[in-house]
Amino acid sequence: MKNIPDNQTVVSVNHITKSFRIPLDGSMNIKQKIVNVFKGSKGYRVFTPLNDISFDIKEGEFYGIVGRNGSGKSTLLKTMANIYTPEKGSVKVKGLLVPFIELGVGFNPDLTGRENVYLNGALLGFDRYEITAMYEEIVDFAELHDFMEECLKNYSSGMQVRLAFSIAIRARGDILLLDEVLAVGDEAFQRKCYDYFNDLRRNKKTVVLVTHNMGAVETFCTKALFLEDGEIKLVGDPHEVASAYSKSNDKSISLQESLSDNEYEKNRNQNININIVDKNGKTTSKFTAGDTMTVEVSWTNSDVKNIGVAIFKSNGDYVYGTNTYIEKIELSKNKKMSYEVDLNVAEGSYFLKAALFGENDAIRIEFEEHGTGFVVNREKNDYRWGGITKLTSRWRQ
Amino acid sequence: MLHQSDIINRELMKLSNVFSRRNRILLAELVRTDFKLRYQGSALGYVWSILNPLLLFAILYVVFVYFLGIGKGIPHYPVYLLLGIIFWRFFTEATNNGLNAIVARGALIRKIHFPHYIIVVSGTISSLINLSINMLVVLLFIVLNGVQLTWMSLLVIPLILELYAFALALAFFLSAVNVKFRDVGYLWEVFLQAAFYATPIIYPITLVVEKSAIIAKIIILSPVAQVIQDARYVLVTNTAVTPTSLLGHKLIDLIPIAIIVSTIVIAALYFKKKSVRFAEDV
Repeated sequence: MKNIPDNQTVVSVNHITKSFRIPLDGSMNIKQKIVNVFKGSKGYRVFTPLNDISFDIKEGEFYGIVGRNGSGKSTLLKTMANIYTPEKGSVKVKGLLVPFIELGVGFNPDLTGRENVYLNGALLGFDRYEITAMYEEIVDFAELHDFMEECLKNYSSGMQVRLAFSIAIRARGDILLLDEVLAVGDEAFQRKCYDYFNDLRRNKKTVVLVTHNMGAVETFCTKALFLEDGEIKLVGDPHEVASAYSKSNDKSISLQESLSDNEYEKNRNQNININIVDKNGKTTSKFTAGDTMTVEVSWTNSDVKNIGVAIFKSNGDYVYGTNTYIEKIELSKNKKMSYEVDLNVAEGSYFLKAALFGENDAIRIEFEEHGTGFVVNREKNDYRWGGITKLTSRWRQ
Repeated sequence: MLHQSDIINRELMKLSNVFSRRNRILLAELVRTDFKLRYQGSALGYVWSILNPLLLFAILYVVFVYFLGIGKGIPHYPVYLLLGIIFWRFFTEATNNGLNAIVARGALIRKIHFPHYIIVVSGTISSLINLSINMLVVLLFIVLNGVQLTWMSLLVIPLILELYAFALALAFFLSAVNVKFRDVGYLWEVFLQAAFYATPIIYPITLVVEKSAIIAKIIILSPVAQVIQDARYVLVTNTAVTPTSLLGHKLIDLIPIAIIVSTIVIAALYFKKKSVRFAEDV
């Protein structure tokens, strides 16, 4: 990012490799050890979640780390936080690094809310005087005035998270490591999280954020790293990283779908035939954002008076749908229609489903159970608009 | 190139880190938590830390002194017995707390970086506090039994520290072993049971001497037996048999000390080596 000057490197990760020994049968008793010695088995297999990772984080950067489950993100974070010791390589940190692998570390259900504040605070390096000085603020922020003398086990999980978060944001560190903190809590709590992130960013704090939330990456991060199977896939601009991550996710989803395609084919309805073509009339499943997609629908049943189409994201989110009944379109006599749609959507995998209706859209004749998949890409550096879709909008003075 | 002075400096830094502000705060808070949770939900609360050894003392006294008539020739035998019981209970409690310390705080170790030894130390410190409270009861017994205290009685303090050092070293070793081999908890329980009878706590060592002088000499050279007998000697009665009096050599006390020192060295090296992988193994 151009507005950040050449700051000094505060975290330097040098060629770290981390592996774990996974016990083969889960049991860790002496008997099994002896059996293993006789069998000549080591009793474990080696699993390497991080393989020769190197990168630098500069002062003031809001550094995102993304990757699918099992890609090594958490291991990387824990290695950076010195919880794990890497087999090879080193992590050099300048300044005090405070990790939040989880909110409320050390919380004890049998202690009261107040006692837990002191305990959790001690883990963040605050002594009792310092905690006492900020105790009121913590309770205010967590909105838990009436509950502080109660045991933590009587708290709802939301209350526990609120309390933990209120303490966590007091942490004085030069570098903060945050893992999936956003994933918990209701909307109001998430907004508080975002406000906190905004503050961190405004104050030019060095933050490392591990998340699945690409919205957060694009909003807050100044730089991002994409981890796949223990290796760095991409480092750099958060938008590029976010899109690479989304793409890799879509790939794995469509891979799963194509595996069961044969099964779908069997169930596929004989009454509807769908063909997706590009602007040249060529059958395709690949589009670029902004392209016009033409859907050719044909059917056999003569009771059909209306047809509808719906577009879904690969995760099942309903993007858009319409039908000829609400748009008051008459069907052609030769049982064939074509539907054109401008794909002003974010890149990703989508699928389209068609439906056949009778006199109105409440009378369903056929409804496709499985849709036809297509992929939308975006040209590199195409930032004419952002978000999941382009809305019809206008500016005024 | 690392110079000798650099290495020394680094080790000194580590040592000062042991007592760094952050670690002190954490240690204090963990000890406080242990203590708060200890008797939570019980009506008598902390009173139990005094009541428990007293009740055990009452049972042992009735069975062994009243019925079996052990300890007849020893002056102030009730105090003598209580002191032994309290020291032994401290030893078992400290090693057991230590043994479970790392595993019990596994969630913490997996989520945050801090020196792991703090957990083991905090587990043993709460036992040490308990011992201090119990020593007040011993003092009360001493006064009630009319035992004469002298300046030499203060030697019980270094003896307690000696026992603590031994218990702490074992706690370090056991806690690290327990991470990988959970069987060690059960083994230690059996071992302590055997050691209880192999240590002159409820019986005077003179009973063993009558049977076999060699076994008595071996028994008294175990650090726990040495500390208990020496403590009885300085605090209760100078008729208590000590290693020096039994083996008749002034330097014989060096043997239990040597056992303790070697335990400390082995435990420290083993703990240091294993603690690197605690976060993933626990």
